[in-house]
Amino acid sequence: MLDIKNLQANVGDKPILRGIDLHVKKGEVHAIMGPNGSGKSTLANVLSGREGYTVVNGSVTFDGKDLLTMTPEQRAGEGVFLAFQYPVEIPGVTNNYFMKTALNAVRKYRGEKPLDAMDFLKLIKQRASIVKMDPAMLSRSVNEGFSGGEKKRNEILQMAVLEPKLGILDETDSGLDIDALQIVAAGVNTLRSPDRALIVVTHYQRLLNYIQPDFVHVLSAGRIVKSGGKELALELEKKGYVWLEERAGVAPAA
Amino acid sequence: MANEAIQDIAQQEYKWGFTSAIDSDIVPAGLSEDVVRMISLKKGEPQWLLDWRLKSYREWLTLKEPTWANIHYPPINYQAIRYYAAPKTKGPAPKSLDEIDPEVRRTFEKLGISLDEQKRLSGIAVDAIIDSVSVGTTFKAKLGELGIIFCSFSDAVREHPDLVRQYLGTVVPARDNFFAALNAAVFSDGSFCYIPKGVRCPMELSTYFRINAAETGQFERTLIVADEGSYVSYLEGCTAPMRDENQLHAAVVELVAMDNAQIKYSTIQNWYPGDKNGKGGIYNFVTKRGLCKGVSSKISWTQVETGSAITWKYPSCILKGDNSVGEFYSVALANHYQQADTGTKMIHVGKNTRSTIVSKGISAGHGQNTYRGMVKILPSAVGARNYSQCDSLLMSETCGAHTFPKIEVDEPTAQMEHEASTSKISEDQLFYCRQRGIPAEDAVGMIVNGFCKQVFKELPMEFAVEAQKLLSVSLEGSVG
Repeated sequence: MLDIKNLQANVGDKPILRGIDLHVKKGEVHAIMGPNGSGKSTLANVLSGREGYTVVNGSVTFDGKDLLTMTPEQRAGEGVFLAFQYPVEIPGVTNNYFMKTALNAVRKYRGEKPLDAMDFLKLIKQRASIVKMDPAMLSRSVNEGFSGGEKKRNEILQMAVLEPKLGILDETDSGLDIDALQIVAAGVNTLRSPDRALIVVTHYQRLLNYIQPDFVHVLSAGRIVKSGGKELALELEKKGYVWLEERAGVAPAA
Repeated sequence: MANEAIQDIAQQEYKWGFTSAIDSDIVPAGLSEDVVRMISLKKGEPQWLLDWRLKSYREWLTLKEPTWANIHYPPINYQAIRYYAAPKTKGPAPKSLDEIDPEVRRTFEKLGISLDEQKRLSGIAVDAIIDSVSVGTTFKAKLGELGIIFCSFSDAVREHPDLVRQYLGTVVPARDNFFAALNAAVFSDGSFCYIPKGVRCPMELSTYFRINAAETGQFERTLIVADEGSYVSYLEGCTAPMRDENQLHAAVVELVAMDNAQIKYSTIQNWYPGDKNGKGGIYNFVTKRGLCKGVSSKISWTQVETGSAITWKYPSCILKGDNSVGEFYSVALANHYQQADTGTKMIHVGKNTRSTIVSKGISAGHGQNTYRGMVKILPSAVGARNYSQCDSLLMSETCGAHTFPKIEVDEPTAQMEHEASTSKISEDQLFYCRQRGIPAEDAVGMIVNGFCKQVFKELPMEFAVEAQKLLSVSLEGSVG
């Protein structure tokens, strides 16, 4: 489904990704781990088309299409979803309206008819229950005044509404207490399906206790230095990242 | 990217810029006592009104055009303006809506304003004004059954001279300012509205202003009187053809609310803003003021200002009655080379008077947007309260937002709150929307509408929808 080949990307003149190879099949959950500054978030941003990054080499194909030439909204239409590390506030725009606009934009891209207000309401109420979100939050402005946990739940809710083929979770566990973490993880697990792949970007192993990955990749200084099963995450928890970086012969990221 | 998307949204053409082939009765350009007399004569006015006009004209001659506003325009040659233009009628003025010139009727149809009562949504009565005169008012008879008077100013002078004489110029005196004096001398028409005691007006009243003739100025006057315990919601809309010359629109609006009366006045101002290089467009220099005369009266101004090359106005409230309430909700957009200097004055006179100001300024392209406000608490206004909020949204590197709030408090028990913010549509917001599949232009429209929501929710429902669309259209091309 997703083929990343020798992906190299810069921010300004500074190389951040130095040749990533990653292959993700339908239904798989891949965890991307690594120390701060290793390029985890850059990878998530480059995949979703955020500005400010220059791809200098390599390719990314998604269901056979060249992802890198698409605009962010085209990628969303193709089924790429990014759960943001720092969800953005949009004052005066209700959560409901935002999600309906997004869903219908994606449906339009796919040549499907828009959902009317009634059908949408039914859908969103059902999906809100997946992340145990109080329906009152749907009438509030997008993320405005939401707690850290509420923002992350809102991200997962949006994923549940948009039903992407590929969900990229960027540090979804950051800033969450244990209760919120469990709710978010349970929501993500509900959305696991044989047709949907997930890339879970995280610094800590903690989240992976709840969302069990099929593969774990360790990123260091812009390269994947080790890949393995979920046991790799546990090993990292014990030994830290320095162990791998020394083995791979790269300087620890600052 | 944000800038490009904003640019695209701001480029859209003005859709109301057509000209109609209406045969007009136009006076020659220039202003003198003779012109004032000619306008009065054409309208068959009584002597007292002619005297009032002449007195105003003489006042105007002594006044200087003010220069303190944060706007820039070449000097206006007041002798080059035609002060009266009216669609020609064969014989006497049309007695009913059926007799209106079909071309005039078509003009309003094109603007989405049907003068056919059957076709109108039953909730709105319209007074249609083209250039200098009213061409028809709908639902007069139905409103008349409740004692509500809603007609053109000219009709009101003929049919209700005592009411007009009692209130004309009591809120905005002729000598109030340069443009108010000019208006008093040459005003040609406008709307008049009187709601009798205890009556809640069952429909929205609205006036639609259209400038059609070239080289003319439009000087209309609106006077609304809400008697004790009455309620009225009034809306005005305006458009003009695209022309390379600037045209002056200097209106005066006076509102009077008696004990426990409430007036809600909404404006959707969409005069031709000029082209994207700043050529042409309307100078919208307007004096609007409401007097909360009675106890517990309330006047609420809501304005959405998207048009005009220059907008210069401060819809204000004099809170004279104890416990009276004044409100001002404003969205002002300055795109391309548009300039806006707008805001409000809240003058607290009575005890426990309250006022709320919510101003949202949007600047794009080379637009310059100024909020200017005054809150004055007189020593008599024991327990007065004011809340002011002014927010600015900047959408380009070349636009500007300016804020001049003035607060004068002479009463120690008064409570004042003032909040202000300046923000940009961030790349983060835009990317967030686009990552969810929403195209950039739609995303900008959504974010801007969200910014204006506090104001839009004060508009009557269907106009809120219209205002949202208008805002998106006016911003088209400002994103990319």
